Amino acid sequence: MAKSTVAAEPNLPLRERPKVPERFVATNAELLAFYREMLLIRRFEERAGQMYGMGLIGGFCHLYIGQEAVVTGVQSALAKTDSVITGYRDHGHMLSAGIDPRVVMAELTGRHAGISKGKGGSMHMFSVEHGFYGGHGIVAAQVPLGTGLAFAHKYKNDGGLAVTYFGDGASNQGQVYESFNMAELWKLPVIYVIENNQYAMGTSVNRSSSEDQLYRRGESFRVPGLQVDGMDVCEVRGATDVAVDWVRSGKGPILLEMKTYRYRGHSMSDPAKYRSREEVAAMREKSDPIEHCKRDIIAAGAADEPKLKDIEKEVRAIVADAADFAESAPEPDAKELWTDVLVGTYG
Amino acid sequence: MPTEIKLPAMSPTMEEGTLAKWLVKEGDTVKPGDVLAEIETDKATMELEADEGGVVEKLHVAAGTDAVKVGTLIATIAGEGETVSDAAASASLPPAGGAGGGGVAQTPPLPKQPSGEQQQAASPPPSAPPSGDPTSAPPAPPASGRGADGDADTASTTATATGATPKPGQVPASLQVAPTTPGPTHRQTVREALRDAMAEEMRADPTVFVMGEEVAEYQGAYKVTQGLLEEFGPTRVVDTPITEYGFAGLGTGAAMGGLKPIVEFMTFNFAMQAIDHIVNSAAKTNYMSGGQMRCPMVFRGPNGSASRVAAQHSQNYAPWYASVPGLIVIAPYDAASAKGLLKSAIRSPDPVVFLENELLYGHSFDVPDGDVALPIGQAAVVRAGKDVTIVSYSIGVGIALDAATKLAEEGIDAEVIDLRTLRPLDRATVLASLKKTNRMVVVEEAWPVCSIAAEIVTIAMEDGFDDLDAPVLRVNSADVPLPYAANLEKLAFVKIEDVVGAVKKVCYR
Repeated sequence: MAKSTVAAEPNLPLRERPKVPERFVATNAELLAFYREMLLIRRFEERAGQMYGMGLIGGFCHLYIGQEAVVTGVQSALAKTDSVITGYRDHGHMLSAGIDPRVVMAELTGRHAGISKGKGGSMHMFSVEHGFYGGHGIVAAQVPLGTGLAFAHKYKNDGGLAVTYFGDGASNQGQVYESFNMAELWKLPVIYVIENNQYAMGTSVNRSSSEDQLYRRGESFRVPGLQVDGMDVCEVRGATDVAVDWVRSGKGPILLEMKTYRYRGHSMSDPAKYRSREEVAAMREKSDPIEHCKRDIIAAGAADEPKLKDIEKEVRAIVADAADFAESAPEPDAKELWTDVLVGTYG
Repeated sequence: MPTEIKLPAMSPTMEEGTLAKWLVKEGDTVKPGDVLAEIETDKATMELEADEGGVVEKLHVAAGTDAVKVGTLIATIAGEGETVSDAAASASLPPAGGAGGGGVAQTPPLPKQPSGEQQQAASPPPSAPPSGDPTSAPPAPPASGRGADGDADTASTTATATGATPKPGQVPASLQVAPTTPGPTHRQTVREALRDAMAEEMRADPTVFVMGEEVAEYQGAYKVTQGLLEEFGPTRVVDTPITEYGFAGLGTGAAMGGLKPIVEFMTFNFAMQAIDHIVNSAAKTNYMSGGQMRCPMVFRGPNGSASRVAAQHSQNYAPWYASVPGLIVIAPYDAASAKGLLKSAIRSPDPVVFLENELLYGHSFDVPDGDVALPIGQAAVVRAGKDVTIVSYSIGVGIALDAATKLAEEGIDAEVIDLRTLRPLDRATVLASLKKTNRMVVVEEAWPVCSIAAEIVTIAMEDGFDDLDAPVLRVNSADVPLPYAANLEKLAFVKIEDVVGAVKKVCYR
């Protein structure tokens, strides 16, 4: 685990580098908001895991538990005009984009009230209204797509940028580098966020990546990179602020490697034989992002234990309501099988 | 020994060219590498250089001459120390087996020049540009005022789109497709029609842009995007690196972000690198999002076999894409359909795969004047007939039309249907024609297995069974990777005789 934010490569002559990020100094209200959001994701995902076990959620289900600080910190630095896209581990991103937990959970249970009318499922959720563009099931496909969202921002000159999340596994796909090349060539406003949770399914970064310092992966395209402690929401936010400044000032793409960890398996069917229980337990104990935030809150005097308990209660109520809603909402009507294939009518 | 300069083939498919301009005159002394002339091919203006020095003894073809056949003697250069009379004497000798022919500026090694006979034998047609290897394509400066008007074009064309030889002075049936919309027309190549469609839609909608390899500064590997950079600038006409997977995905993302991209593949052979984004990202998103995320865009480029470019560059992907729900698939034949359907494709709120054919780019047809879009999903009856229905699309339509002409001479009146859109397929037009003729043949320049032809046969079985007086037959290209050798390639392609044979069979003649 990275101890703290570190700068990228030593400065190369004639090439500007982003400044070394500083840990974000959050107000009390901001700290509490981070805490609440991360807790919502955690409890939501735990509940989703339970519902999967009960057979209410089917197919693939990839939980975000452990990685909450990444999306919470990044999203907090964005503006309304910005776009976000990610892969299939997307529930946390949906919640962080401000989407109603009910419609997310109802999508997981495949109900008509789900955000994709039950036709997308866990991996395929979208909300153009919230600037959230999915929800993509093919590893790394979201990287050129997100680069295209950035192309659209630049083309329309609307001041927006695109955040493109992907994992350490995706970082070995060729299309990632095709995207880096075009993004830098055309100075597209895109922040690439590698959520390095250290395992691509069961293959560790060290076993799959000749350059395991993933923040360097943009260097040969002149895309600068920063390595960030992705278990500390304030470090994440501090680095994202630097990235946002870089991109909005027209300097083109930037890469953030978030060192993080997922506590659960790759998906629900993962036996997790590739790592020890001790490794997971140690990470939970020493580096948990929510506990980290809690310590910051107490230290700052932003809230006391009873107040934090109230937040916990409120979050649990939201999740319980979402779960009830998702369980009781009706399935899509049979006629929905044939809708939304095409937008136009032809012939 | 005087040097005979003959018009060289400047692309794999070039059979003739226009001698645009002489840069030397008789009596001039030239050094090796001097530019002798500018030759306009269908695709580009190329410079013809001297290989050897000497004195220009005779220019045999006047500047401005159209339709000069490859291999035609165009100049004689007397070598150092040779007299003019030596040169004149040897000029009348039979051609010296290609030795001492003119070199070509700026081109990769010249393809070995087939004799006129071989050229005729090799099936596909003239005036098509070279195929899509970026290293083999010559630079294409904007064509300088070649009146690409249709009559001149067809008059100078000795073969049709299908390789059929028309009677002298006759426009072949395959180039006489009447537009399906009424009104005044002009003669235009398929290439120009596609360009006009893009330009008109780009003028009308600022969110439309075109991206791909060599679409901007090179003016299009096949000259389809010619002139767009000048009119619309580099923000809207975007040259990409050679990175199909990446730019197809980037274009798809731009469509999700509210733009209307036209993504050009230099050929659809290279789109196999990008097919994940076409199928998984573009086609499925609307459905997966419950109808809230659109992907209005066009993937377009040449598809199918070109000429002598072998297996990896010669494949028809129509059946692949036509099997995917969420895509619109269009494969036009004539210029009016190409223009009208490309305009509709760009306007469509859905992702469209628009399959062009390199061999048709240079062919001219009547195109309606003005802003005429055609409805997606409607086939056209391009020749009415009563005895048999021939269903086809893309380049197969030309083969079908020329076969119909032959069949007419034998008293069989064939109706020819151009499907134009392959998804959604116009079943009604196919079935109505079958009801009328009771016999059907499908012609398709593609492999037979799991083909569009197989789909048409299924439609006839499922919904037209009672109208059938004979089994439906299909005429497809050979079920092999396309070979390079001219004779084998010809064997692999669909031929007019094959169509005539199949029609006779279903007519029990």
